[in-house]
Amino acid sequence: MSNMINITINDIPLAVPENTSIFHAAKMINVHIPTLCHHEDLCVAGNCRVCVVEVEKDPNLVASCATPVREGMKVLTNTSKIRQARKHILELLLTEHNINCIKCSKSNACELQNLALEYRTDDEIFLNLRKPSRPDISSYAIQKDDSKCIRCTRCVRTCAQLQGVNALTMAYKGNLAKMSTFKEKPMAEVVCTNCGQCINRCPTGALTERTYIEEVWNAIYDPTKHVVVQTAPAVRVALGERFGLKAGNRVTGKMVASLKAMGFDSVLDTDFTADLTIMEEGTELLSRLKKVLVDGNTSAALPMFTSCSPGWIKFIEHIYPEMLPNLSSCKSPQQMFGVLAKTYYAEKRGFDPKDIVSVSVMPCTAKKYEANRSEMRDSGFQDVDYVLTTRELAIMIQQSGINVLTLKNEPFDNIMGASTGAGVIFGATGGVMEAAIRTAYELVTGREVPFERLNITPVRGFEGIKEASLLIEKVKPEFEFLEGVELKVAIAHGLAHARKLMEAIKNEKTFYHFVEVMACPGGCLGGGGQPIPTNPDIRAARMNAIYKEDEKMPLRKSHENPEIQQLYADFLGEPNGHLSHKLLHTYYTERERY
Amino acid sequence: MISNAEEFIAQLADKHGRKRESLLPILQDVVDQYYYLDESYMVNIARELDISTADVYGTASFYSFLGINEQGKHVIRVCQTIVCDMKRKEDIIDAITELLGIRPGETTHDGKFSLFYTNCLGSCHKGPAMLINDELYGDLTPEKTKDILVSYMKR
Amino acid sequence: MATQLKRTELIFREDIDYSALMRKIMKMGKEKFIEELIDSGLRGRGGAGFPTGLKWKIVKEYPDPIKYIICNADEGEPGTFKDREILDKASEKVIWGMALASYITGAKEGFIYIRAEYKYLKTKLRIAIDRMEHNIKSLGINFKLDLIFGAGAYVCGEETALIESMEGFRGEPTNKPPYPVNEGYLGRPTVVNNVETFVNAMIIADIGAEEYKKLGTKASQGSKLFSVSGDCCKEGVFELEMGMTVQQFVDEFGDGDTKAVQVGGASGFCVPRKEFKNTIIGFEGVPTGGSMKVFNSSRSMYNILENYLIFFEEESCGQCTPCRVGTQQLLHGIRAVKRKEKPKTYLDELLRLAYTMKYASKCGLGRSVGNAFTSIIENFREEIVY
Repeated sequence: MSNMINITINDIPLAVPENTSIFHAAKMINVHIPTLCHHEDLCVAGNCRVCVVEVEKDPNLVASCATPVREGMKVLTNTSKIRQARKHILELLLTEHNINCIKCSKSNACELQNLALEYRTDDEIFLNLRKPSRPDISSYAIQKDDSKCIRCTRCVRTCAQLQGVNALTMAYKGNLAKMSTFKEKPMAEVVCTNCGQCINRCPTGALTERTYIEEVWNAIYDPTKHVVVQTAPAVRVALGERFGLKAGNRVTGKMVASLKAMGFDSVLDTDFTADLTIMEEGTELLSRLKKVLVDGNTSAALPMFTSCSPGWIKFIEHIYPEMLPNLSSCKSPQQMFGVLAKTYYAEKRGFDPKDIVSVSVMPCTAKKYEANRSEMRDSGFQDVDYVLTTRELAIMIQQSGINVLTLKNEPFDNIMGASTGAGVIFGATGGVMEAAIRTAYELVTGREVPFERLNITPVRGFEGIKEASLLIEKVKPEFEFLEGVELKVAIAHGLAHARKLMEAIKNEKTFYHFVEVMACPGGCLGGGGQPIPTNPDIRAARMNAIYKEDEKMPLRKSHENPEIQQLYADFLGEPNGHLSHKLLHTYYTERERY
Repeated sequence: MISNAEEFIAQLADKHGRKRESLLPILQDVVDQYYYLDESYMVNIARELDISTADVYGTASFYSFLGINEQGKHVIRVCQTIVCDMKRKEDIIDAITELLGIRPGETTHDGKFSLFYTNCLGSCHKGPAMLINDELYGDLTPEKTKDILVSYMKR
Repeated sequence: MATQLKRTELIFREDIDYSALMRKIMKMGKEKFIEELIDSGLRGRGGAGFPTGLKWKIVKEYPDPIKYIICNADEGEPGTFKDREILDKASEKVIWGMALASYITGAKEGFIYIRAEYKYLKTKLRIAIDRMEHNIKSLGINFKLDLIFGAGAYVCGEETALIESMEGFRGEPTNKPPYPVNEGYLGRPTVVNNVETFVNAMIIADIGAEEYKKLGTKASQGSKLFSVSGDCCKEGVFELEMGMTVQQFVDEFGDGDTKAVQVGGASGFCVPRKEFKNTIIGFEGVPTGGSMKVFNSSRSMYNILENYLIFFEEESCGQCTPCRVGTQQLLHGIRAVKRKEKPKTYLDELLRLAYTMKYASKCGLGRSVGNAFTSIIENFREEIVY
């Protein structure tokens, strides 16, 4: 138990643990202190100065986020001096900031705008210091607009601390200080993984997703096009937040109903191809294990890494290209869906693939980049035409005048709309691992995994790097090579954790058979395309919702998905078969690390 | 010159170490040798220190003596701060412009000289003052300035 | 003109046997010397004025096997050049002062962080360092000293920014706490003192606190180096006692037509003629790191203020809002008033802003920009407007 420190805030006495900041102490008694640079996921910067407060005997104001409490400290949070300072600071920021709010996609959700209104600031007191600049739209995923940057460094800290990528930095100093990439190169040319975590924390519209809303509407309005939409598992547990629901409320049926009402011709589910991924990836893992354990073939690289997260893929291509052979060759569920939509689905439903527009709704910005990779055209067309984030979907729902919460739940269309609980949990860190184990274990032993209600709890939760092992016994004859093997797995989420794990694997400090990595904190539920704000509590609520959805599903193992069975029977043949290899697997590209 | 960037930076890393604290000394040595930080040097420094190129750039661009853009062999920095300003630093700038044809922020076509304003050189009692590379010159007059520059032209 | 001011000649005295002095302190004991240092009333000579004895004591008592001594030679305050003079003429005294600090605090390693503009002193310092390292070894003390050069950033004179810079980062001041005495260079307890402070510590070791206290005033003890420049009858570095009035200073150094004296550089205060007599130079009046700039009546205070603000606009580290944007607004604001694009009452708006910068900025740089601004606007408003 740490020491308790007695202080008063606005004359209210309270005792808080040692090293608590004034900012957090105030929060405990519901005294709100505004901030623009502080973020719960990040280290303290103390540079926006909006959170200044008065401390007795200190002639200056102090930044409450960066000042720990001291015994007997008397804090005031609302005095004329504080108010004047905060107002000034906001007014100063506005003189640098592009205040064309009407054209800004962050309007109404902009922390600067909100505070400027709250403090009734006057943006014309001081002189206009705005520098003309064009937004950087080089990246398929992330749009960077320097004219809206307030130098809070949340993005820089996100990229460094959470993701260990450091694609962003502060550059220059003084009046020239700005957020920048290496040599101010376009975002598309630097080590950016497109994860979009910077967007989730940017208080203004300086970092946003590249939006494809207009393109999608145009496709919907085009009578010659058949527009299919797939929705990722993490979208349904977060979309409600944009419509006033508390985090953790699932809106699956209402989301489907909205999409149908908006005019999509077929509303399908990425969970379906998540199940498919398990079939392909599970089979790939077993064949790698067989190669290594039976044939002693060292060309099959272990551990095998999952390949669902496009942020992770770009990260490993840049940072650990020597480990690309370890990456599963499976495409992500989005891309498996895309290629099947223009082959299998087109064939079954009798459409010419050139008339199909394939849209996906993702919790992710990196998926936008992934869809545009040149290798993702195995259907003969661009497999996925447009990727929308959860946020963009919310905007489109608003634009179409739908009151989403009043709609009746509707089911996904067919074909490619059926899924199992295993597909659902892809949205949380550890979910792919759990789904894979549920299927692989059963495939190998003929028995269900030895966990209560199939919940493999050791691979769940928000710990940065999780490890688990599972003894494989009494196997079916064809898997005799696995008898008595202790399957070792590891899971990392957030690229900074992934980096740590990769270093440990590279330096042979540890050994695993199978490793799951998700680029974003918490997995897809904390993705760069999810509703803003994000924090540990919100992510925990979303995770909870995902596991609840899994539990209520009648089928919870990918191989039990009847549509998957039908897909193999009617079209693909067998997992990792010839057609699977052609359509569902891919290759990777080594990129510059520096 | 640029082709040996990899080798050159590796040597500097051997000399100064490969920790983050080694970054500034390495950057300074590159500037001493090659006058400014070409992109290839920054990339190689990032590789040797295993930090991101953005970090190298962010740090380098903070310091006004670490040229991140192309600059000449001899960097002339004329003090612009108050006492040198009072003592007519503008006349010194004009003399340099007359002789070399460059204004502050510019580099001569032959890549020999770059001219910048700089902040207080700590030579107020001998103002106007300027720094050419590491060498300090005080009590300048337009004539004296030109004489000094002529001596650099031969180097 | 007869000299009115008491001159002292302690700082540049070089006829000292440093090894013998060191032996004397070793005999005296660490505790005793710290007491002596605290008793002397020595306060940091960089400008902020933290009691030196206390700083050394904190680091000495901090339970960490690794500690560092850093000499802040990143002298960048406009109008200040006394540290360069010391490093040029009394480098050994500085270096031994650092050795003394290392002995007292138990630090085994030290660094002189010196601004890039003073690179021409490199060889001289290197030789002095080698000599000290050699001599101190024979006293049984292990102290390794290194030179680190800045790269052109005024803000690195702020101690936390200096440490960031030494660690290879952008020289941005960090939040305090933690303070360098607890978590400094590489997270270890660190003494950061100005060049002149180390020299004064050596003087106190030499003559004792009792003698030392005879110099200066109660609040500002000892002698001090002043960098004198501008419209003067003589310019340069002068060693004077603290506690004199600006009038006394002007009588000796002015050119007979002095309008104002800027005490403490661009981040210091501008003292107008009418205040010369009742303004004391020292911690009880206007504090100074040593910069004294003298302006006669031919000078436009507008130009002076504009020049300072250009300096700050460029030299702010740019991380905190009040300093980064505030400096730009003050600069462009006075220009707008001068050009009649803003009414003269706009200066009051700017004054309020200057106070916000003083209260709300992250570090000493942003907090002190307001000093020059308010003191010039309040005393020379008509020169700014017309």
